[in-house]
This record gives sequence, structure tokens and C-alpha cells, in this order.
Amino acid sequence: METVYLAIPLAPLIGAIVVGLFGKTLGRSVSHWVAIAAVAVSTVLSFIVLREMLWGGGQPYNDTVYTWMVLGDLRFEVGFLIDRLTALMMVTVTSVSLMVHIYTIGYMHDDSGYQRFFSYINLFTFAMLMLVMANNFLQLFFGWEAVGLVSYLLIGFWYQKESAVFANLKAFLVNRVGDFGFLLGIAAVLMYFGSLDYQSVFQSAQASPDMTMSIWGDAEWSVITVACILLFIGAMGKSAQAPLHVWLPDSMEGPTPISALIHAATMVTAGIFMVARMSPLFELSETALSVVLVIGAFTAFFMGLIGLVQNDIKRVIAYSTLSQLGYMFVGLGASAYAAGIFHLMTHAFFKALLFLGSGAIIVALHHEQDMRRMGNLRKYLPITHITMLIGTLALIGTPFFSGYYSKDIIIEAVGHAHRAGATFAYWMVLLGVFVTALYSFRLYFMVFWGEERIDPHAKEHMSHLPRYVMPVMEWPLILLAIPSLVIAWFTAGPVLFGGYFGDAIFVAPANDTLAELAGHWHGPVAFGLHFWASPAFYLALAGFLTAWFLYIKQPGLLPAIQSRGRLLYEVLVRKYGFDWLWINLFGGVGRGLGRLLWRVGDVTLIDGLIVNGSARTVGRVAGVLRHLQSGYLFHYAFAMIIGLLVLLTIFIGQWRGWFA
Amino acid sequence: MVELSDYLVLGAILFGLGVAGIFLNRKNAIVLIMSIELILLAVNFNFIAFSHYLDDIAGQVFVFFILTVAAAESAIGLAILVVLFRNRETINVGDLDSMKG
Amino acid sequence: MIELIIFYVFAAVLLFSATMVITARNPVHAALFLVLTFFNSAALWLMAEAEFLGIALVLVYVGAVMVLFLFVVMMLDINVAPLREGFARYLPLGILVGVVMVAEMALVVGAEQLDVGLTLTGGGAADTGESNTRLIGSVLYTVYVYPFEIASLVLLVAIIAAIMLTLRRRPGTKHQDISQQVRVRKADRLRMVDLPSERRE
Repeated sequence: METVYLAIPLAPLIGAIVVGLFGKTLGRSVSHWVAIAAVAVSTVLSFIVLREMLWGGGQPYNDTVYTWMVLGDLRFEVGFLIDRLTALMMVTVTSVSLMVHIYTIGYMHDDSGYQRFFSYINLFTFAMLMLVMANNFLQLFFGWEAVGLVSYLLIGFWYQKESAVFANLKAFLVNRVGDFGFLLGIAAVLMYFGSLDYQSVFQSAQASPDMTMSIWGDAEWSVITVACILLFIGAMGKSAQAPLHVWLPDSMEGPTPISALIHAATMVTAGIFMVARMSPLFELSETALSVVLVIGAFTAFFMGLIGLVQNDIKRVIAYSTLSQLGYMFVGLGASAYAAGIFHLMTHAFFKALLFLGSGAIIVALHHEQDMRRMGNLRKYLPITHITMLIGTLALIGTPFFSGYYSKDIIIEAVGHAHRAGATFAYWMVLLGVFVTALYSFRLYFMVFWGEERIDPHAKEHMSHLPRYVMPVMEWPLILLAIPSLVIAWFTAGPVLFGGYFGDAIFVAPANDTLAELAGHWHGPVAFGLHFWASPAFYLALAGFLTAWFLYIKQPGLLPAIQSRGRLLYEVLVRKYGFDWLWINLFGGVGRGLGRLLWRVGDVTLIDGLIVNGSARTVGRVAGVLRHLQSGYLFHYAFAMIIGLLVLLTIFIGQWRGWFA
Repeated sequence: MVELSDYLVLGAILFGLGVAGIFLNRKNAIVLIMSIELILLAVNFNFIAFSHYLDDIAGQVFVFFILTVAAAESAIGLAILVVLFRNRETINVGDLDSMKG
Repeated sequence: MIELIIFYVFAAVLLFSATMVITARNPVHAALFLVLTFFNSAALWLMAEAEFLGIALVLVYVGAVMVLFLFVVMMLDINVAPLREGFARYLPLGILVGVVMVAEMALVVGAEQLDVGLTLTGGGAADTGESNTRLIGSVLYTVYVYPFEIASLVLLVAIIAAIMLTLRRRPGTKHQDISQQVRVRKADRLRMVDLPSERRE
């Protein structure tokens, strides 16, 4: 099996190298076939691994494949930990990645950076698989940074667009903030547990859960709480939780397949995966879990609200992603790790579907992203319409759709959790359901219904198209729509309640909220029919009806509402001032500090005083001394003779004791 | 009886005269070379005197080499002087300040 | 006693002529006084039983080097006046430096350590009966043979250097260049001219 494990991440790496280095020679179609074949190999092998785990009686695999270096007791290794959690993530990552690869053929059809793009997404798949399959913190960090790098490259894929360059810089810098915490967390783990290997860290943490450290003063801090919160800061950066979320909406400057793959389905869920992977650590710290819970709940509700006022179709979905990531963290914070991961999986499918659907719309409308210039598109894009409707229904949690199961379980789990902040989180996620339904159907109605507001220019462009959406872009939509609809039917039971994860996820018995819910689980059909008892269903319905009323029935009401709630509207449009805070306050202070160091430290002190100053000093001294160099031979002779005289005087004087 | 110190003091005075000559004739290159010859002669006096009183022939061998080098030196010095005069129409050391800083 | 008197006479003439070398107004006079200085030195060296070097000094310096000096001085049309300027101004400094140096050296020479051990053995070299030239020769060609060879190289270099420095090409002179004559080709010298014979009318 080890060969298989090794082949899974290496296939996309080879693909990335081949396409990246020889893409120009190979040409477009060979390049995309190489890239797709590489990911397809990974996908097939991932399914084999999953099957082995489920039915082949496969035991978790945890071994080192390569030792990078050894420093004393510290070993830097590349190793794989393959258990059921990993297998699930691998399948999710590779299958979404495969869909996106196929879709890209259509989306990037006319782009000059075609091969480069395939190379990047291949590389991304490799990095994400390394992250997921890691059995130690170092490799986790490698994957973490590598996906960050590819994300940076891809957000700025159209590097001639100024806003894209700004967005990728922003993503990079904000992720640095998170990574700083993450690295400190790894350092804390290494310092107190003496290892980077997951298993030994978990064992030593379980053995001594009450270790303390003093950071400053005499205050004693629990090591595990500090380490977990630091690691979670890393997760906040990567998974875009408030207040480190600001990069994700801007990352929509990148090509749409990227938004689907990286900024919805896989990379941003790395934080969720990491927390779930670290469950043996997090379970030991009530405080850290409360932090996760509160941050997640805050993001889930308030970021959803911003989605209500966005007009860019991709940004609406981006804020929706933020909100859904918040849901996942809430699930983790409530110790319902399985629910968080389950939502991760379902969300990966339907959010990728929504992004790819919006990408299809954008291409069809000749790169129009503003929803105010869409409308009534169901006439032109029937398949996109249907698939996006499925995605939207899954997102808002319509009974029997996959999102219904994952989201409802999270809400139920939070309702049963007893930790600090659980009540707040419960109300936030519950209200979030209403908001989700409202912005989702706002998008749906604005795009597919109502009157046609298409820009005449785009209309002109559309009239030249043989088909509005290429088949190669429609097939991934269909292939993603199917799991969005049905995947929970087969998986919800085993994953959530059937002990699918086994030892991969550790939940302390006292915290096991899912076990409490297990008694109410009588299979997916019964759960689906039970919707009338769930408050979330009514809230979602209310959201749908509100959207229908405001955007279809009475569109004239909107301006009135906007002017009534001007203050609230302004707050939402300004995104609570987070952007302002980061750019002006932190960025401004950083820039000011940089300018100070530049002007005073570099220009004045180093350049002016030390570098040029020493040169100037030498110059001045030389300017004085050059007068000694008269060029007259006899002056030099005199100097020699007088020097000789002085030396003679000194020697004779010392000998005779004149100076004593 | 002539003593060693007689020779040595004579050599010292000759050396002093040579040094003073450099100071006095600072502009006349020919007399400068002559002053250097005086200084070398003073050194040779010391060697001869010590050789005599220590009864060691090595001192005289040294003088032999000094004479050789001094002859070579004055030959080259005079050659330079001739070239100098040919180019600048002067041997005034005061006019030679092209090495001025 | 008589030896001492002779020493002092030679020494006095030596110092006088050396003083005249550095103070003479005319470089020709300075060179002639330097000749006198060398003669006296040679005499004193003879007294110190360094006969070979005394003769060599007369032959090499008086006979060759000083003649060279005189040649140069006379060949160059030197305007002496500007060379003497500042002579009086530097006189006190020159005297001061010279006197201080002599005084300090005299301190060393007059010191007890030097006097005690060395004056006693005075004049020992003559007792062997060997000729001074033979003695020098016997060490110069054995012990100091490499330095001797190097000295010959130094002289060779000096000869070449002196020639190279003073050699100059005069473009106007007429002289024969043998190699050019040998290298010459027919085409360089011979021009065929076709002269048709006159026709008889």
C-alpha cells in the first residue's frame, strides 16, 4: 500500500513539473491531458484507499517514508498518516480537484496562461495532499505553506490586473499573520512535547494534560491551551475566520476554477481538517474549544450578513464560504468533529458547484460579474440553472439535500453542547440559516429570474457563441450536482454516528455531543422527514420567502428598505470596517514603521551615517592629509631622515634611561 | 694608536655631513646623489673599522657589495637625471611635483 | 704616535672636503671635492689594513663613478642659481639634524661596552702575513659566491637600465639598415615602363 500512498501526492507533482517546465513544448491539449491524468490517478488511488479503509479492513498506516534530517533528538521526516479521516479528505480533495481540472479546459480556453494554470492547480493538489497525509507537524506546515504559495500564485494569476496583485499580496500578508501563530503553536508543541510526530505528541499531551508555562510575569498558562489557540490562529488565517477573513473575498480576483477549488472546497478547509486532526489536543482544553466555537459562530452569522449587500456574484459566494467555514468551526468547537468534517465534505461539493456555476455564467456573459446586469438567465443557461439551484438548495439546508444533514447536525450538536459560548453560538448559527437562505436565493433570483438586465455589449458577445456554456464545463457541474444532492444519504449515518472515524478523531466522553444525538438518528430518510421539528427549516423557508418577496414579487420595496436601514446598510457595505482596520490601522502602522525605518534607519543612519558617512570621513581626512603629499622629493627625504632621527633618539634614550 | 672609536666617530660625522647635505641641497639632484655617496661611505667606514678590529674579513666583503650596489645606483641615478634633463630642461627637484596629492 | 697624527690629518682633510661637497656653489667643485673625499677615505682604509678596498675605491669611484659624475655635470647645462635658493634657510636645520645625529651616534660609539672589548685586539689582522686581497678573494669565491654572482647581475641590470634610459632614436639621422636592405623585393625598387620605340616617319 505504501507505493499507492506515495503515488497519490507524487502524481500531481510530476504533472505539475512536466506541464510547468515543458508546457510550451507540449502544447495545450497534451498539457491538460497530462495534468488531468495525474489528478485522475490520484483520485482513483484515493478511492482505492478509502475502499480499503471501509471494506478491506485496512488498518491506519503511520510510517516515515523519508528522513530529511536529524538534529539531536529531533527528527525532520516526511511521513504519512493514513486513517479514515485522511482517506475522506483525500477523496474529497482529489475528486473536486479532478472536476475543476476538467472544467478549467473550458474556462481558461482562451487564456494565454493555459499551461501555467494547469501546472499550478496540479501543484496545488500535490501540496494539499501532502498537508492532508502528513503524520507530523513539519510536513503539515510544509503543505500549509505550499498551498498558501499556490493560492498566492493563483489569486494573482492575471498578474497584469492591479486589483489581482493587490488581492494576492493581501492574501499573502494576512496569511502570514495566521502562520505566525501557527508556527508559534508548532514551536510550543515541540518545546513542551519534544516531538513533531502526531502520535507521540498526542500521547505525551494525554499523559500530562495539566502542564503549565509562564509567558510573562508569574501567570501560569496551560501549555495545551496556549498551543491550541496558537494553532487555531493559523487555522483562522488559512480558513478565513474573523478577523483574519479579509483576504478571502478579495481572492475572488483569481480565475473562478481557483475560487472553487482552493477558496471554497479544499485549501480553506485545511484549518478545519487541522483542528479535527488535532482533536486529541483540543479535547484537553475547554478554553481553546470555546475560542473555536465563538470565533466560528461570529464568522458564520456576521459574514453571512455582508453577503446580503454584495453585488459581485463571486463575492456573494465568497462570503457564503466564510459563513459556512464558520459553521464547520462551530461544529468542531462543540466537539462534534465528525459533524464539522462532514459539513466540510458536503460543502466542498455544493460550494464548488456554485462557484463553477457562477464561472459558467461569467464566461457566458463575457466576463460580467455584477449581478445587477444579469437576470432571467435560466432561458439561456438551463443546465447551469438547474445545477446551481441544486447547489443553492443544498447550501440552505433543504431537507434531503446533503447540506441539510450536515448543517442540521451541527446546529443540534451546538444546542447540546455545554461549553462557554455555546448558547451564543447556537443562536448565531440558527439565525445564520435565515441569512444563508436569504443571500442564496437573492443570488439565485437576481441571476436567473426577474427581468433581463444584460449589458448590450455582453448580449452582442453572446449572440456569437455557438453554445453559451461548453459541454466540458457543464459535465463537472452535473457531476458535482449529484453528490451535492445525494452524498449525505449514504454517508451521514456512518460518518456522524456510526463511528466511521474510529481512532482518527478523539472525543472526550464528557464532550461527546454527537453521541447524545445518536439516539434521535433513525436513518437519513427518517431524519429528512423529521424536518418539521427543526427550527432551522422554518428559518430557511422564511429566508427563501423573504428573498422571493423582495426580488420577485415586490422588487420596488428594496430601495425603501435600504434608505430606512441606511446605517445598517452602510455598516454591511463597509464590511464592519475590517478592511479599513487592517489596511489603515495595521497596514498603515506597518507602513509608517517601515517608512520610519527606511528614512531614519536605512537612509539616514545606515546609508547616510555609516556607509556614506565613513566614506565622507575618509574623504575629509584624506583632504587634509593630501596636503602632506607635496610631491617634492626632498619632503619625503626629510620625513625619512627625521623619522630615523626620532627612532634613534627613542632607542638611545631608552638605553640611556632618558625617559625614565 | 688609532682606536675603533676614532673610526666610528669619523664615520658618524661623515654620516651627519651626508644627512646635512640632503637638507642643504634639497633642490640639486646631483649634489643629492653625492650626499648619498657620502652616507654610504660613512657606512663603509664602520664596516672597515669593525672588520679590522674584530679581525673578521666578512666586513670587507660587505663593503665590496655595498660598493657594487652604490656604483650601480649612481649609474642609474645619473641616467635618470640625464633623461629628466632631456625632458624637462632642469634638474631642479623643486619643479618635480607631479606626484602631488 | 705618528700613526695617530697621520690618521688625524687624513680625517681632517676628509671632513673638510666632505663639508665642501655639500656646500660648494658649483657642482663641478662639489664633484672634485668628492674625489678628494674618496682619496682620503682610501688612505684611511689603507691604514685600517683594508688595502684591496682602498685601491678599489680609488679605481672604481675616483676612476669611474666620479668621472661619470663630472661628465653628467658638464654635459648638462645647469643653471645653478635656482638650485641654491633656500640654502641659507635650511642651513640651521641641516646643521641641527647633522649635529644631533652625530651626537647620538657618538653616544653609542663612546659607550663602554664597545670600547672595552674591541680596542685591545686592534691590528690583529696583519699578523697572519696573508695578503688582504688574497683573504677577500678566498672568501668571496667560496662562501660568498652566490651573492657575488648576484652582484654581477645587479651590475648587468644597471648597465642595461642606464642604456635603456638614455637611449633615444633620432629620426633625422642617416644610417644604414642592413636587414631592410636584405628584405627588399624586386617590386619595391623596379618599375617596368613600356616605352614604344619611335617610329620612323
